[in-house]
Amino acid sequence: MTPRISRLAMALAFAGGVAAAPVAAEARSTPQAASQAAPQDDAELEKLTSAVASQLRCPVCQGLSIEDSPTELARDMRAVVREQLAAGKSPEEVKAYFVSKYGEWILLEPEPRGLNLAVYLLPVLALAGGATVIVRSVRRWTGASAADHADS
Amino acid sequence: MNLRSVLIAILVTVPLVAVFLYGMRSDPRIVPPAIPGQPAPDFALARMPMTPGEEPSDTVRLSDYRGKVVVLNFWASWCVPCRVEHPELVAVAREYRDRGVVFLGILYNDQVSNARAWLEEMGGEEYPTLLDPGTRTAIDYGLTGVPETVIIDRNGIVRFKRIGIVNREMLVREVEPLLADQEVVGP
Repeated sequence: MTPRISRLAMALAFAGGVAAAPVAAEARSTPQAASQAAPQDDAELEKLTSAVASQLRCPVCQGLSIEDSPTELARDMRAVVREQLAAGKSPEEVKAYFVSKYGEWILLEPEPRGLNLAVYLLPVLALAGGATVIVRSVRRWTGASAADHADS
Repeated sequence: MNLRSVLIAILVTVPLVAVFLYGMRSDPRIVPPAIPGQPAPDFALARMPMTPGEEPSDTVRLSDYRGKVVVLNFWASWCVPCRVEHPELVAVAREYRDRGVVFLGILYNDQVSNARAWLEEMGGEEYPTLLDPGTRTAIDYGLTGVPETVIIDRNGIVRFKRIGIVNREMLVREVEPLLADQEVVGP
Protein backbone atom coordinates (compact mmCIF):
# COMPACT_ATOMS: atom_id res chain seq x y z
CA MET A 1 0.00 0.00 0.00
CA THR A 2 2.66 2.50 1.02
CA PRO A 3 4.91 2.01 -2.03
CA ARG A 4 1.88 2.57 -4.24
CA ILE A 5 1.16 5.89 -2.59
CA SER A 6 4.73 7.02 -2.93
CA ARG A 7 4.69 5.96 -6.58
CA LEU A 8 1.57 8.02 -7.09
CA ALA A 9 3.19 10.98 -5.34
CA MET A 10 6.26 10.64 -7.56
CA ALA A 11 4.10 10.52 -10.66
CA LEU A 12 2.25 13.63 -9.58
CA ALA A 13 5.44 15.46 -8.72
CA PHE A 14 6.88 14.51 -12.10
CA ALA A 15 3.76 15.67 -13.93
CA GLY A 16 3.88 18.94 -12.00
CA GLY A 17 7.55 19.46 -12.79
CA VAL A 18 7.09 18.79 -16.48
CA ALA A 19 4.16 21.20 -16.62
CA ALA A 20 5.99 23.88 -14.63
CA ALA A 21 9.03 23.84 -16.90
CA PRO A 22 7.40 25.51 -19.92
CA VAL A 23 5.74 28.09 -17.65
CA ALA A 24 9.07 29.05 -16.14
CA ALA A 25 10.83 29.04 -19.50
CA GLU A 26 8.16 31.27 -20.97
CA ALA A 27 8.35 33.69 -18.06
CA ARG A 28 12.07 34.04 -18.59
CA SER A 29 12.04 34.35 -22.36
CA THR A 30 9.32 37.01 -22.60
CA PRO A 31 11.24 40.05 -21.30
CA GLN A 32 14.27 39.29 -23.46
CA ALA A 33 12.18 38.88 -26.56
CA ALA A 34 10.29 42.07 -25.78
CA SER A 35 13.26 44.30 -24.99
CA GLN A 36 14.85 43.42 -28.31
CA ALA A 37 11.76 44.81 -29.98
CA ALA A 38 12.26 48.46 -29.06
CA PRO A 39 9.44 50.36 -30.76
CA GLN A 40 10.59 51.74 -34.13
CA ASP A 41 7.40 53.23 -35.48
CA ASP A 42 3.92 54.16 -34.33
CA ALA A 43 2.25 50.89 -35.24
CA GLU A 44 4.89 48.92 -33.40
CA LEU A 45 4.66 51.19 -30.36
CA GLU A 46 0.88 50.83 -30.38
CA LYS A 47 1.15 47.05 -30.57
CA LEU A 48 3.63 46.92 -27.72
CA THR A 49 1.49 49.32 -25.67
CA SER A 50 -1.52 47.03 -26.14
CA ALA A 51 0.53 44.01 -25.14
CA VAL A 52 1.70 45.64 -21.91
CA ALA A 53 -1.62 47.37 -21.14
CA SER A 54 -3.51 44.09 -21.46
CA GLN A 55 -1.37 42.68 -18.63
CA LEU A 56 -2.20 45.51 -16.23
CA ARG A 57 -5.33 45.56 -14.13
CA CYS A 58 -7.65 48.54 -14.23
CA PRO A 59 -7.90 49.72 -10.60
CA VAL A 60 -11.51 50.89 -10.89
CA CYS A 61 -12.97 47.90 -12.72
CA GLN A 62 -13.67 44.29 -11.85
CA GLY A 63 -11.15 42.09 -13.58
CA LEU A 64 -10.57 44.24 -16.66
CA SER A 65 -7.21 45.25 -18.06
CA ILE A 66 -6.40 48.90 -18.74
CA GLU A 67 -6.35 47.91 -22.41
CA ASP A 68 -9.99 46.80 -22.28
CA SER A 69 -11.40 49.31 -19.82
CA PRO A 70 -13.03 52.48 -21.17
CA THR A 71 -12.61 54.41 -17.90
CA GLU A 72 -10.66 57.66 -17.72
CA LEU A 73 -8.12 56.29 -15.28
CA ALA A 74 -7.42 53.25 -17.45
CA ARG A 75 -7.04 55.50 -20.49
CA ASP A 76 -4.57 57.71 -18.63
CA MET A 77 -2.65 54.68 -17.38
CA ARG A 78 -2.46 53.32 -20.90
CA ALA A 79 -1.07 56.67 -22.01
CA VAL A 80 1.61 56.35 -19.33
CA VAL A 81 2.49 52.87 -20.66
CA ARG A 82 2.82 54.28 -24.16
CA GLU A 83 4.94 57.23 -23.01
CA GLN A 84 7.32 55.06 -21.07
CA LEU A 85 7.70 52.57 -23.93
CA ALA A 86 8.30 55.44 -26.34
CA ALA A 87 10.96 56.75 -23.96
CA GLY A 88 12.80 53.44 -24.39
CA LYS A 89 11.71 51.54 -21.29
CA SER A 90 11.29 47.80 -21.74
CA PRO A 91 7.86 46.22 -21.14
CA GLU A 92 9.26 44.67 -17.96
CA GLU A 93 10.39 48.07 -16.71
CA VAL A 94 6.98 49.57 -17.42
CA LYS A 95 5.27 46.74 -15.54
CA ALA A 96 7.74 47.17 -12.67
CA TYR A 97 6.79 50.87 -12.50
CA PHE A 98 3.13 49.99 -12.03
CA VAL A 99 3.94 47.25 -9.53
CA SER A 100 5.95 49.76 -7.47
CA LYS A 101 2.97 52.13 -7.42
CA TYR A 102 0.08 49.71 -7.04
CA GLY A 103 1.62 46.50 -5.77
CA GLU A 104 1.71 43.15 -7.54
CA TRP A 105 -2.06 43.24 -7.56
CA ILE A 106 -1.86 45.44 -10.67
CA LEU A 107 -0.61 42.45 -12.72
CA LEU A 108 -3.51 40.44 -14.14
CA GLU A 109 -1.30 37.35 -14.16
CA PRO A 110 0.73 36.83 -11.01
CA GLU A 111 4.46 36.29 -11.48
CA PRO A 112 5.19 32.55 -11.32
CA ARG A 113 7.22 32.47 -8.10
CA GLY A 114 6.70 31.81 -4.40
CA LEU A 115 3.16 31.07 -3.28
CA ASN A 116 1.91 32.26 -6.69
CA LEU A 117 3.27 29.04 -8.17
CA ALA A 118 0.24 27.31 -6.67
CA VAL A 119 -1.93 29.10 -9.24
CA TYR A 120 0.06 27.47 -12.03
CA LEU A 121 0.78 24.09 -10.47
CA LEU A 122 -2.46 23.17 -8.68
CA PRO A 123 -4.56 22.79 -11.85
CA VAL A 124 -1.88 20.53 -13.32
CA LEU A 125 -1.72 18.48 -10.13
CA ALA A 126 -5.51 18.21 -10.04
CA LEU A 127 -5.53 17.09 -13.66
CA ALA A 128 -2.83 14.50 -13.05
CA GLY A 129 -4.65 13.29 -9.94
CA GLY A 130 -7.92 12.98 -11.84
CA ALA A 131 -6.23 11.15 -14.70
CA THR A 132 -4.66 8.71 -12.26
CA VAL A 133 -8.02 8.02 -10.65
CA ILE A 134 -9.62 7.41 -14.05
CA VAL A 135 -6.85 5.13 -15.25
CA ARG A 136 -7.01 3.08 -12.08
CA SER A 137 -10.79 2.88 -12.12
CA VAL A 138 -10.85 1.82 -15.74
CA ARG A 139 -8.32 -0.89 -15.00
CA ARG A 140 -10.41 -2.10 -12.10
CA TRP A 141 -13.64 -2.08 -14.14
CA THR A 142 -12.13 -3.91 -17.08
CA GLY A 143 -11.81 -6.81 -14.75
CA ALA A 144 -9.53 -7.84 -11.97
CA SER A 145 -7.75 -9.81 -14.63
CA ALA A 146 -4.45 -11.54 -14.45
CA ALA A 147 -2.86 -8.65 -16.36
CA ASP A 148 -3.91 -6.19 -13.68
CA HIS A 149 -2.51 -8.42 -10.96
CA ALA A 150 0.72 -8.71 -12.83
CA ASP A 151 0.87 -4.93 -13.14
CA SER A 152 0.48 -4.28 -9.46
CA MET B 1 -13.72 2.75 2.34
CA ASN B 2 -10.32 1.54 3.21
CA LEU B 3 -7.61 3.45 5.02
CA ARG B 4 -5.96 4.56 1.81
CA SER B 5 -9.11 6.16 0.41
CA VAL B 6 -9.63 8.03 3.64
CA LEU B 7 -6.04 9.22 3.57
CA ILE B 8 -6.30 10.45 -0.01
CA ALA B 9 -9.62 12.15 0.73
CA ILE B 10 -8.02 13.99 3.65
CA LEU B 11 -4.93 14.93 1.62
CA VAL B 12 -7.12 16.40 -1.10
CA THR B 13 -9.73 18.08 1.07
CA VAL B 14 -7.62 19.69 3.78
CA PRO B 15 -5.49 21.89 1.47
CA LEU B 16 -8.57 22.94 -0.51
CA VAL B 17 -10.44 23.93 2.65
CA ALA B 18 -7.33 25.73 3.90
CA VAL B 19 -7.01 27.74 0.68
CA PHE B 20 -10.72 28.50 0.76
CA LEU B 21 -10.63 29.72 4.37
CA TYR B 22 -7.52 31.79 3.63
CA GLY B 23 -9.34 33.40 0.71
CA MET B 24 -12.42 34.10 2.84
CA ARG B 25 -10.36 36.05 5.35
CA SER B 26 -9.50 38.83 2.95
CA ASP B 27 -11.70 41.10 0.86
CA PRO B 28 -10.28 40.98 -2.69
CA ARG B 29 -11.46 44.54 -3.29
CA ILE B 30 -9.30 45.91 -0.49
CA VAL B 31 -5.74 46.23 -1.70
CA PRO B 32 -3.12 47.54 0.71
CA PRO B 33 -1.45 50.59 -0.85
CA ALA B 34 2.06 49.85 -2.12
CA ILE B 35 3.42 53.37 -1.87
CA PRO B 36 4.02 53.92 1.89
CA GLY B 37 7.72 53.61 2.70
CA GLN B 38 8.77 54.81 -0.73
CA PRO B 39 10.21 58.24 -1.54
CA ALA B 40 7.31 60.47 -2.56
CA PRO B 41 7.39 61.05 -6.33
CA ASP B 42 8.18 64.70 -6.98
CA PHE B 43 5.83 66.79 -9.09
CA ALA B 44 5.65 70.26 -10.60
CA LEU B 45 2.00 71.16 -10.99
CA ALA B 46 0.16 74.39 -11.72
CA ARG B 47 -2.00 75.82 -8.98
CA MET B 48 -5.69 75.99 -9.85
CA PRO B 49 -6.70 79.64 -10.26
CA MET B 50 -9.64 80.70 -8.11
CA THR B 51 -10.68 83.57 -10.42
CA PRO B 52 -12.45 82.60 -13.65
CA GLY B 53 -10.40 83.46 -16.73
CA GLU B 54 -7.14 83.51 -14.80
CA GLU B 55 -4.39 81.32 -16.25
CA PRO B 56 -3.01 78.57 -14.02
CA SER B 57 0.26 79.80 -12.58
CA ASP B 58 2.60 79.29 -9.65
CA THR B 59 4.03 75.88 -10.34
CA VAL B 60 4.10 74.02 -7.06
CA ARG B 61 6.81 71.43 -6.53
CA LEU B 62 6.74 68.84 -3.80
CA SER B 63 10.49 69.34 -3.33
CA ASP B 64 9.78 72.94 -2.26
CA TYR B 65 8.35 71.51 0.95
CA ARG B 66 11.24 69.35 2.00
CA GLY B 67 11.52 69.56 5.78
CA LYS B 68 7.76 69.91 6.19
CA VAL B 69 5.07 67.32 6.60
CA VAL B 70 2.91 67.30 3.46
CA VAL B 71 -0.68 66.08 3.24
CA LEU B 72 -1.82 65.43 -0.35
CA ASN B 73 -5.52 65.03 -0.90
CA PHE B 74 -6.75 63.80 -4.28
CA TRP B 75 -10.29 64.99 -4.89
CA ALA B 76 -12.93 65.89 -7.47
CA SER B 77 -16.11 67.93 -7.40
CA TRP B 78 -18.13 64.93 -8.63
CA CYS B 79 -16.85 62.79 -5.75
CA VAL B 80 -19.50 62.51 -3.05
CA PRO B 81 -17.29 61.21 -0.21
CA CYS B 82 -14.93 64.16 -0.85
CA ARG B 83 -17.70 66.41 0.46
CA VAL B 84 -17.77 64.49 3.70
CA GLU B 85 -14.05 64.67 4.40
CA HIS B 86 -13.32 68.18 3.12
CA PRO B 87 -14.36 70.05 6.32
CA GLU B 88 -12.12 67.74 8.36
CA LEU B 89 -9.14 68.39 6.08
CA VAL B 90 -9.76 72.13 6.30
CA ALA B 91 -9.99 72.00 10.09
CA VAL B 92 -6.73 70.07 10.47
CA ALA B 93 -5.01 72.30 7.88
CA ARG B 94 -5.91 75.37 9.97
CA GLU B 95 -4.89 73.71 13.19
CA TYR B 96 -1.46 72.67 11.91
CA ARG B 97 -0.65 75.54 9.55
CA ASP B 98 1.83 77.08 11.96
CA ARG B 99 3.38 73.77 12.89
CA GLY B 100 4.99 72.93 9.59
CA VAL B 101 2.24 70.89 7.93
CA VAL B 102 1.42 71.73 4.32
CA PHE B 103 -1.89 70.68 2.80
CA LEU B 104 -2.23 70.38 -0.98
CA GLY B 105 -5.27 69.29 -2.95
CA ILE B 106 -4.73 67.56 -6.29
CA LEU B 107 -7.65 67.66 -8.66
CA TYR B 108 -8.51 64.36 -10.30
CA ASN B 109 -10.35 64.11 -13.59
CA ASP B 110 -12.45 67.23 -13.22
CA GLN B 111 -13.34 70.56 -14.84
CA VAL B 112 -11.63 73.56 -13.27
CA SER B 113 -14.90 75.55 -13.28
CA ASN B 114 -16.71 72.77 -11.40
CA ALA B 115 -13.87 72.35 -8.94
CA ARG B 116 -13.73 76.08 -8.27
CA ALA B 117 -17.49 76.28 -7.71
CA TRP B 118 -17.28 73.28 -5.38
CA LEU B 119 -14.54 74.90 -3.28
CA GLU B 120 -16.53 78.12 -3.03
CA GLU B 121 -19.57 76.16 -1.98
CA MET B 122 -17.49 74.40 0.66
CA GLY B 123 -16.42 77.70 2.19
CA GLY B 124 -13.55 78.85 0.00
CA GLU B 125 -10.04 77.69 -0.73
CA GLU B 126 -8.20 76.92 2.50
CA TYR B 127 -5.13 75.44 0.81
CA PRO B 128 -4.02 75.27 -2.84
CA THR B 129 -5.43 72.75 -5.25
CA LEU B 130 -3.11 71.65 -8.04
CA LEU B 131 -4.01 70.61 -11.56
CA ASP B 132 -2.83 67.19 -12.71
CA PRO B 133 -3.33 66.96 -16.47
CA GLY B 134 -3.35 63.38 -17.73
CA THR B 135 -3.50 62.08 -14.15
CA ARG B 136 0.29 61.54 -14.26
CA THR B 137 0.90 62.55 -10.66
CA ALA B 138 -2.10 60.57 -9.41
CA ILE B 139 -0.79 57.44 -11.15
CA ASP B 140 2.66 58.14 -9.70
CA TYR B 141 0.99 57.90 -6.30
CA GLY B 142 -0.88 54.69 -7.22
CA LEU B 143 -4.28 56.36 -7.26
CA THR B 144 -7.26 54.03 -7.57
CA GLY B 145 -9.98 56.65 -7.17
CA VAL B 146 -11.02 59.64 -5.09
CA PRO B 147 -10.80 60.53 -2.32
CA GLU B 148 -7.30 59.37 -1.46
CA THR B 149 -4.94 61.01 0.98
CA VAL B 150 -1.17 60.64 1.18
CA ILE B 151 1.01 61.90 4.03
CA ILE B 152 4.70 62.58 3.39
CA ASP B 153 7.25 63.07 6.16
CA ARG B 154 9.91 65.76 6.51
CA ASN B 155 12.37 63.67 4.51
CA GLY B 156 10.08 63.16 1.56
CA ILE B 157 9.05 59.60 2.35
CA VAL B 158 5.42 58.52 1.98
CA ARG B 159 4.32 57.41 5.42
CA PHE B 160 0.60 56.97 5.03
CA LYS B 161 -1.96 56.45 2.33
CA ARG B 162 -5.67 56.24 2.81
CA ILE B 163 -8.00 55.01 0.08
CA GLY B 164 -11.31 56.59 1.02
CA ILE B 165 -12.48 59.19 3.50
CA VAL B 166 -10.13 60.60 6.14
CA ASN B 167 -11.27 62.33 9.31
CA ARG B 168 -9.66 64.66 11.82
CA GLU B 169 -8.75 61.91 14.25
CA MET B 170 -6.96 59.91 11.56
CA LEU B 171 -5.04 62.90 10.24
CA VAL B 172 -3.92 64.02 13.70
CA ARG B 173 -2.87 60.49 14.61
CA GLU B 174 -0.70 60.25 11.47
CA VAL B 175 0.70 63.79 11.42
CA GLU B 176 1.68 64.19 15.08
CA PRO B 177 4.44 61.54 15.19
CA LEU B 178 5.86 62.88 11.90
CA LEU B 179 6.19 66.35 13.41
CA ALA B 180 8.33 64.87 16.15
CA ASP B 181 10.73 63.46 13.52
CA GLN B 182 13.84 65.41 12.69
CA GLU B 183 14.75 66.15 9.13
CA VAL B 184 17.80 64.23 8.00
CA VAL B 185 20.05 66.83 6.43
CA GLY B 186 22.39 65.40 3.86
CA PRO B 187 22.68 64.45 0.23
